[in-house]
Amino acid sequence: MEVKDIIKEENLVYTKSKILTDKVFHYCPGCSHGVVHKLIAEVIEEMDIQEKTIAISPVGCSVLAYNYLAVDWQEAAHGRAPALATAVSRLMPDKYVFAYQGDGDLASIGTAEIIHACNRGENIVIIFINNGIYGMTGGQMAPTTLEGMPTSTSPYGRDVKLAGHPLKITDLIAQLPGTEYVTRQAVHTPAAVRKCKKAILKAFQNVGKKNGTQFIEVVSTCNSGWKLSPVKANEWMVENMFPVYPLGDLKG
Amino acid sequence: MAEYRLMKGNEVIAEAAIRCGCDGYFGYPITPQSEIMETLMLRKPWEETGMVVLQAESEIAAINMVYGGASCGKKVMTSSSSPGISLKQEGITYIAGAELPCLIVNVVRGGPGLGTIQPAQSDYFQAVKGGGHGDYHLIVLAPASVQEMNDFVALSFDLAFKYRNPVMILSDGVIGQMMEKVKLSEYKPRWTDAEIQKISGSWATTGKTPDRDYHIITSLDLDSAKQEIFNHKLIAKYKTISEKEVRYEKISCDDAEYILVAYGSSSRICQKAVDLCREKGIKVGLLRPITLFPYPTKIIQEMAKRVKGFLAVEMSAGQMVEDVRLAVNGKVPVEHYGRLGGMVPTPNDVVKALEEKLINVK
Repeated sequence: MEVKDIIKEENLVYTKSKILTDKVFHYCPGCSHGVVHKLIAEVIEEMDIQEKTIAISPVGCSVLAYNYLAVDWQEAAHGRAPALATAVSRLMPDKYVFAYQGDGDLASIGTAEIIHACNRGENIVIIFINNGIYGMTGGQMAPTTLEGMPTSTSPYGRDVKLAGHPLKITDLIAQLPGTEYVTRQAVHTPAAVRKCKKAILKAFQNVGKKNGTQFIEVVSTCNSGWKLSPVKANEWMVENMFPVYPLGDLKG
Repeated sequence: MAEYRLMKGNEVIAEAAIRCGCDGYFGYPITPQSEIMETLMLRKPWEETGMVVLQAESEIAAINMVYGGASCGKKVMTSSSSPGISLKQEGITYIAGAELPCLIVNVVRGGPGLGTIQPAQSDYFQAVKGGGHGDYHLIVLAPASVQEMNDFVALSFDLAFKYRNPVMILSDGVIGQMMEKVKLSEYKPRWTDAEIQKISGSWATTGKTPDRDYHIITSLDLDSAKQEIFNHKLIAKYKTISEKEVRYEKISCDDAEYILVAYGSSSRICQKAVDLCREKGIKVGLLRPITLFPYPTKIIQEMAKRVKGFLAVEMSAGQMVEDVRLAVNGKVPVEHYGRLGGMVPTPNDVVKALEEKLINVK
């Protein structure tokens, strides 16, 4: 049997989403961003909403997310993605608008923008990647960094007396009447990936109903920032991140 | 039929925005410009033209809403006063870097810091020289009447879309708060989706269609060589703007020996000062820059060949005077007169300053 005999339509079990471009991810091997990008791409393709999707990228590792998904993109200033998304959604109410943000972007510098966008119940999807560290700038302490977790700006571990507590911003967001669906997911196992995709699909489908903001936190790894191998990073996340940021739906 | 009203400058900004087909206003309250958003909220333009009006959680959010809306090819604007405009600088430099059209209105009050709520012209440097980080310019228009508050809204959007560049109306507490007769603009409908495609379809994020590649609005380029090329593109754009868009008004300048240079509310005071000087037999004229960027440098260079001196009158410690000095380049004396902290000079103060600083100098 030759290769040409195998490459047949009926043998196809998996293919890359057409929404994903051919550009090589700049993300580190083991990083969660790539998986989440793929899931968003698949949801957009399955819902056939490429023409109706406007995406907002943050400042952080995923600043370059616009290189990977073939939809119209706006690249926001640090923390401001929900403000851009607000305007886009208000001015073009038929669009599917999503903002993609990391923990530094969303839970530190952009707290005002995310809280108020969610409180107004903007008809947008927020994808919140929480890996407890500033990846792009080289591993500094984030608002979601765990107590005792070492980073380059908390080299002896996060001291809550000095730097405050890990901010469970998704729990706060769930309290806001403006949000319809608030969930916390992960992408460390095939089962988790499937669940996360279902959550993203639900969030995008909800946008069509215009009942409020859709908020998905993805508890993620930053193996480069955490100084762990991809496999060890996943194990560390399960052991240390999940007790503080437990997976599951918070609302909706 | 033309519609005349007696209105505040700030109210007219709101009215003009609705009438010129503005798609969205995003603001945050601050004195002395809160009437702009108040007028819009009372008028409910979303029922009339479909214009979106939103009170943001901060000036920072408001300017970033403008960034998002402008990225879609929509006619969007914000307004604020000095401390609020400082907060907006981050968004403004991103908008300039992403080459987006929009309108920012600054109804200037005295500073620094929280300063005062009274009128001032001490944000000239911030408006004209950049304000935020990086090499960029806004197109800056300086209205001197309530009528110009009306007229410059539509003009700002025209210039903003012509050059894909943010435009600032640099007003002040006097022009914003005073009432004058104004001839309101005719209603122009908001752009349809098809019109937006025609005007901004080559770059706006309106949703990727099969006939084109996807659009990215960004001010980021990690490749220094490419970023430098982009910087040169911006410089070339600013050069074109400087060649084509200079606007100014000359009053009694033809036989003048001394020239007052003043914009906005100061120019109104100087108009009276010119009359007072002429009554005294002093040949004085007024040059009123209407665009502050681009600045009317050439006309000042021309005037410098035949006049005895210039007096820049501005309610600041001396900001625009630097541009007058650059234009005059040492040929004749250039002096500055201004009141600060929200104090407004009288025409007699200007005449006295002219006599002391330029005419009676030994």
